[in-house]
Amino acid sequence: MSRIVGIDLGTTNSLVAYIEGGVPKVIRDVEGRALLPSIVGYTPDGILVGEPARRQLVRNPARTIYSVKRFMGRGYDDIKDELCHCPFEFLASADVVRIKVGDSAVTPPEVSAHVLRALKQRAEAFFGEPLEQAVITVPAYFNDSQRQATKDAGRIAGLDVLRIVNEPTAASLAYGLQKLAQGTIAVYDLGGGTFDISILSVKDGVFEVLATNGNTHLGGDDFDRVLVEWLLADIRETHGVDLSQDPEARQELRLGAEAAKCRLSFEDRTLLTIPFEGFTYHRELTRAEVEKLIGPLVEATLGPCRMALKDAGLTPDRIDEVVLVGGSTRVPLVRRRVQELFGKVPHSQLNPDEVVAMGAAVQAQILAGGITDMLLLDVTPLSLGIETLGGVVSVLIARNTTIPTMAKEFFTTSVDGQTAVDLHVLQGERELARDNRSLARFDLSGIDPMPAGMPKIKVTFLIDANGILQVHAREIRTGKEASIEVRPTYGLTEDEVARMVEESFAHAEEDVNARLLIETRTEADTVMTHVDRALAQGARLVSPGDLGQIQQALQALREVRDGRDRDAIRERTIELNKATERLAEAMMDAALKGALASRRADQILESK
Amino acid sequence: MNDYFAVFGLPRKLQLDPEELRRRFYELSRVHHPDFHQGASEEDQAEALSASALLNRAYRVLRDPVSRVEYLIALEDGRETREGADARPRAPVDLLEEIMEVQEALQEAKAGGLDEVSRQRLSEERQRLMARQLAEEEAIAARAAEWDAVVVGPGDRTALLEWFKQRLAARAYLRTVIDDVSDALGQGEERHVSHRRH
Repeated sequence: MSRIVGIDLGTTNSLVAYIEGGVPKVIRDVEGRALLPSIVGYTPDGILVGEPARRQLVRNPARTIYSVKRFMGRGYDDIKDELCHCPFEFLASADVVRIKVGDSAVTPPEVSAHVLRALKQRAEAFFGEPLEQAVITVPAYFNDSQRQATKDAGRIAGLDVLRIVNEPTAASLAYGLQKLAQGTIAVYDLGGGTFDISILSVKDGVFEVLATNGNTHLGGDDFDRVLVEWLLADIRETHGVDLSQDPEARQELRLGAEAAKCRLSFEDRTLLTIPFEGFTYHRELTRAEVEKLIGPLVEATLGPCRMALKDAGLTPDRIDEVVLVGGSTRVPLVRRRVQELFGKVPHSQLNPDEVVAMGAAVQAQILAGGITDMLLLDVTPLSLGIETLGGVVSVLIARNTTIPTMAKEFFTTSVDGQTAVDLHVLQGERELARDNRSLARFDLSGIDPMPAGMPKIKVTFLIDANGILQVHAREIRTGKEASIEVRPTYGLTEDEVARMVEESFAHAEEDVNARLLIETRTEADTVMTHVDRALAQGARLVSPGDLGQIQQALQALREVRDGRDRDAIRERTIELNKATERLAEAMMDAALKGALASRRADQILESK
Repeated sequence: MNDYFAVFGLPRKLQLDPEELRRRFYELSRVHHPDFHQGASEEDQAEALSASALLNRAYRVLRDPVSRVEYLIALEDGRETREGADARPRAPVDLLEEIMEVQEALQEAKAGGLDEVSRQRLSEERQRLMARQLAEEEAIAARAAEWDAVVVGPGDRTALLEWFKQRLAARAYLRTVIDDVSDALGQGEERHVSHRRH
């Protein structure tokens, strides 16, 4: 069987990992970075993914899409309340969320597909061979639509998604593989945008999930959001300026707040400095202040923990170990509250940012047949039911049922000669259909005309090992397979996905070229900026001949910079670098190192 | 109809060692789980999927002593059942008197709002009902051995099954009333738990 990788498609960052010599390893990019920011930037020249997209967050907020995981498998109505927090624009639609990008619109699976494709390319470069198969993780509390959307994203990216695995469960596999967790364990997973709690029994190599709960709209992003709101109010008060409607300023604040939050995990106080037009905002933040702001959000994770314990039929003292997963568990308040709830010190020996991808790699290895002594038995997080008379839900599969699982139900007709039956499938814990998540409507058709109540249609609802629903129907009297047409409520139709897959193949090469071109240009710009700066300060240190050469090289690079010939830009960047060698040396000698203060310029010049 | 006992290679007996059941469940999972059939033909994969789904279902039903009895009755009657909310069970005759009192308290709470006194009263009623539910479950478990004896030897299976049915109906009814009281007390969260888990 060919190679299978594990991918953690995160709200903030994504990673890809594989197993080498029985140990999970994260694949890094050429610059040694494991985390790929889950950010996609749309520019007139093409699409940027990861770090380059991150760099244009402030410059191009309307076309730089981040945290798209929050919108996977969701409808416009679900996210209306969040629209004001996002600098990009959404199109009102009845089905899936659509994000406006210039004159067109993209769906969250398409945006995620760009992130997945970047990881796929990273892995292909690493292995030196094409990669086609992957295991992708999702929050345990993701519903059917959200899982399906993730699978769709994989397909659009040209990946065969062999399995969708729950993030906390994946983390437990990584811990279990290294024998770091045994017995009854609780995995508390607070990421950028989602929260999960899973209770597992780990015994004899079997990882049995007993219960799971969570909130797919609660994470570090929300910590940042309350911080930003608070800072906006503070700026109004101290500077009399309202920046709340300025997307660029909001984005600056968001990045500043995020960085300050991270620093406060290790320090008691930190200084926030953000230059705005006309004034520079200075603010000292203390850990206590921030804890007060995020306190209610941390508190909101404890309810699901108690529910999961209850569903597992356990009390906190029966939990042997508590494992922390997700970057947001670095926040000291989170660790404290978790410790109080479970009455024991939680542990996080494995990097909380990387452990999910590592676990996905373990699952990939199990599927590839490379690990045979480990078995994962996961559950479905939400009850599955159908709408019956009066809009009441009849539960077919209860939440926390081990998957795969199936339920059978018989249906009949209510009118003579009726040849089709409509089924409405829902997911959730509420009694009324309208309070639950509508998954899809299934039209059973091709029933032979019979008197009302005569046909007996057996419908099988099967939740597979991915937590994704499959529905089959058979008319019992005739033995005929009834045909089913699925109309997903908040998902892409099969046709739409097929079209997107086709498009992505058509554009794949184009996209790669566009990205490389943009990166080459950015590199050229950086070098030019630093040469300009060095010339301004040190031109007198070199001979007129050298100076002429530098200016010539600079001019030569400027000429090709906006063209599409990547090789030419790269060559002339290197030439410019070479031409400035003596200038750099002279400046060093003149102890003017400070002129090349930026690390980047130092690197470029020193590497010569 | 699939016999969940047969899935585990077990006779239709009610007394089960939970550890032994779990051991068999893990063992069979290692055989059937789709993870171990990834490279197989499509047919094999589909087979593994349904075998695994059946196994998981069987384990869920048999590991709980009460749902085990419910399942056994359905099996003996030869009807298919499914988990979850069925039609509201009717009140068993021997419970009527106690239940009437609770219903009265519920009505009053609905009409006059929930003051401290009625909250207190409902809370106490709920405690009593929960104790009663537990007693029913213990009574059912206590006669499991009797069933295990008549399965292999002589004895009145029909009468015993009938008795189980009555006690299960009583328990089901108690649960719905407990849910109603919990709802009235504004503890809806607990309701989800109570009516899903056996």
